[in-house]
Amino acid sequence: MTHNTNKDYTGAKIGMWLFLFTEIILFGGLFVLYSVYLHRYPDEFHLAGQELNVYFGTANTLVLLTSSFSMALSITALQKDNKKLCMILLTITMILACVFLVNKYFEWGAKIHHGIYPDSPALLERPKGEIIFFGLYYVMTGLHGLHVLIGALIIFVVLVLVAKNKVTSSDFVAVENTGLYWHLVDMVWIYLFPLFYLVV
Amino acid sequence: MNSSESKTLSFWEDDGRFSGIFSWIFTTDHKRIGILYLYSVLSLFAVGVVIGLLMRLELIAPGSTIVGAQTYNAFFTVHGVIMIFLFVIPSIPASLGNLFLPIQLGAEDVAFPRINLLSWWLYITGLILILISLFTGQGAPDTGWTFYVPFSEYTTTNVNVAVLGVFILGFSSILTGLNFITTIHRMRMPDMKWTQIPLFGWSLYATGWIQVLATPILGITVLLIFVERTLGVGLFDPAKGGDPVLYQHLFWIYSHPAVYIMVVPAMGVVTEIIPVFARKHIFGYKAIALSSLAIAFAGSLVWAHHMFTSGMSDTAVMIFSFLTFIVAIPSAVKVFNWVATLYKGSIVLEPPLLYALAFIFLFSIGGLTGLVVGSAGTDIHVHDTYFVVGHFHYTIFGGTVFGMFGGLHYWFPKIYGKMYNKKVATTAWGILFIGFNVLYFPMLVLGIMGMPRRYFDYLPEYQLWHVVSTVGSWIVAVGLILMFYNLYRGIKKGEPAGKNPWNAATLEWTTLSPPPKLNFLEEPELTRGPYEYKGIEDDAQYQ
Repeated sequence: MTHNTNKDYTGAKIGMWLFLFTEIILFGGLFVLYSVYLHRYPDEFHLAGQELNVYFGTANTLVLLTSSFSMALSITALQKDNKKLCMILLTITMILACVFLVNKYFEWGAKIHHGIYPDSPALLERPKGEIIFFGLYYVMTGLHGLHVLIGALIIFVVLVLVAKNKVTSSDFVAVENTGLYWHLVDMVWIYLFPLFYLVV
Repeated sequence: MNSSESKTLSFWEDDGRFSGIFSWIFTTDHKRIGILYLYSVLSLFAVGVVIGLLMRLELIAPGSTIVGAQTYNAFFTVHGVIMIFLFVIPSIPASLGNLFLPIQLGAEDVAFPRINLLSWWLYITGLILILISLFTGQGAPDTGWTFYVPFSEYTTTNVNVAVLGVFILGFSSILTGLNFITTIHRMRMPDMKWTQIPLFGWSLYATGWIQVLATPILGITVLLIFVERTLGVGLFDPAKGGDPVLYQHLFWIYSHPAVYIMVVPAMGVVTEIIPVFARKHIFGYKAIALSSLAIAFAGSLVWAHHMFTSGMSDTAVMIFSFLTFIVAIPSAVKVFNWVATLYKGSIVLEPPLLYALAFIFLFSIGGLTGLVVGSAGTDIHVHDTYFVVGHFHYTIFGGTVFGMFGGLHYWFPKIYGKMYNKKVATTAWGILFIGFNVLYFPMLVLGIMGMPRRYFDYLPEYQLWHVVSTVGSWIVAVGLILMFYNLYRGIKKGEPAGKNPWNAATLEWTTLSPPPKLNFLEEPELTRGPYEYKGIEDDAQYQ
């Protein structure tokens, strides 16, 4: 029997989708906590939600949506064998990921500056529902931010692989799977944004 | 490839790119990874058994016998963490599954060989973290393996490192499941239909889905413990508006399906063994295959039956109690199909079958006592007593571990190319089976009498049954030592086993024992179903 060296494109996609399921459920646990506590403390969630800066959140939503767009374009560019364009688009995606994180840094920084962070004396004086709201805010956006950071690193690795012709128009599943991951990170934010900034 | 069989290297000898130890710890060969897992989990099993024996010794008399309360708390925590996360969850899928799933599908390897290796390395990383948590900081964790809040948030023992270890072990388990699902979808030999997959593969398929869909919840749960302990967010702390019961929900949303990660692969092993030694086609192939998926599905909806006394609403208690009974249906489908397969078969009572029969007996007791703890009324009485401990060990030790031992005795000649001493194996099985019941049946009695679990001390009226149970633990220890010694001797001095010592029909028995690096010398052909024994000739090399 000879060793099969052909790559299984469909297999790689199945594996990635299974991994994405695990990510959805990882965040799903936190969304369950959110829904239970929203049901328990609707008024406090409303008041605390007013304190978040909608402009920061909206800006970050636009940044992530644009980055998903450039990510999708980069896959098409590679499929059409336009390596240079693909690399430019991947770089743009990576820069947008960093913009998101910088934005988040300033948003968190402002809150922490006002003394609102987990276990802070100022936060503990507030009603219980607000403590939980900000607790969930930090944990959920924190875990999401970690995913953005990991995503940016993965995009960088893929960028290097494209540059070295390890990932090409005939074998592009690495870029496509990176894209799937990045869209998931985007999707999670699409739910986080209204839950924390808009609806409560 | 080389057509001369005598010159073909087995996977034990074919080192590949590296040499020495590196040819093992950097291998991507599914069989070598299976062996790495097998030896790792069995070593951890030995550690868990020793701690278990020490606990039984402590309980031989009321009061502090060999250790005090704090050490005993650490004992049951560490026993649970090691047995559950380091032994039972990876046990059958990662060792026997890795070894035989690809061969049974006629494939060369799993779908993602490097991810397979990564999953073993993550396992080792988790193991090291858990060992560090035992010997550093302010003492070994003392929360119980469930890490229940609020105690786990406040205890000064080394819970932080332990939960990080559990998180990483979860990652390892997910990658194994993801790999197996993709392997079954994509790596089956071209003409193998879904209904021609051996049922062990079906059980691993169902298990894979539970691993992928349930384990992330464990990940987020233990991560939250870590965050609560380091940052004090308060998501489970009533003083800060949190709800400890929500922790229990999250924990059991994983940890109940996890018992099916443990037992469904063992059911798969038993399903492989029974028809071979009954010389009869498996009864109800499709029903068994689908019941694995049904268990996986129904098992994800019953988690809160661990929480009947937590203060949930009565409606929730009744719904979860009802759903719990539903899981009994697919489990019973399997048991009845096994018995129907044995009915009018030409039964050959070899050691693998003895373990499979012990599985059916012990797992049935485990299942029936499960109905006692699963129905809300009776659970109130036996909740948090030794009845639960007895029930759990009947299902997991009597089920999973006996299934794994059966699998070891069944596939041993394929793995090592040699045969163990069957008489000694049968004796060891007998000692284990008797010792098991002497060890755990008294726990059911103690539970009914009201002996609470996790206590190092007890009232004098419980002593008789505790002594019986402790004596049972010694009998089990003798059985285990004899069994492993016999297998070890088989590896060293056993007779050559030949390709197909049991005259079985699945594909792994058509290749050499032990198999060569790429599993088959030439493309395997699917000439018969996995349970069609007609026309299988006695293996000439082995009498």
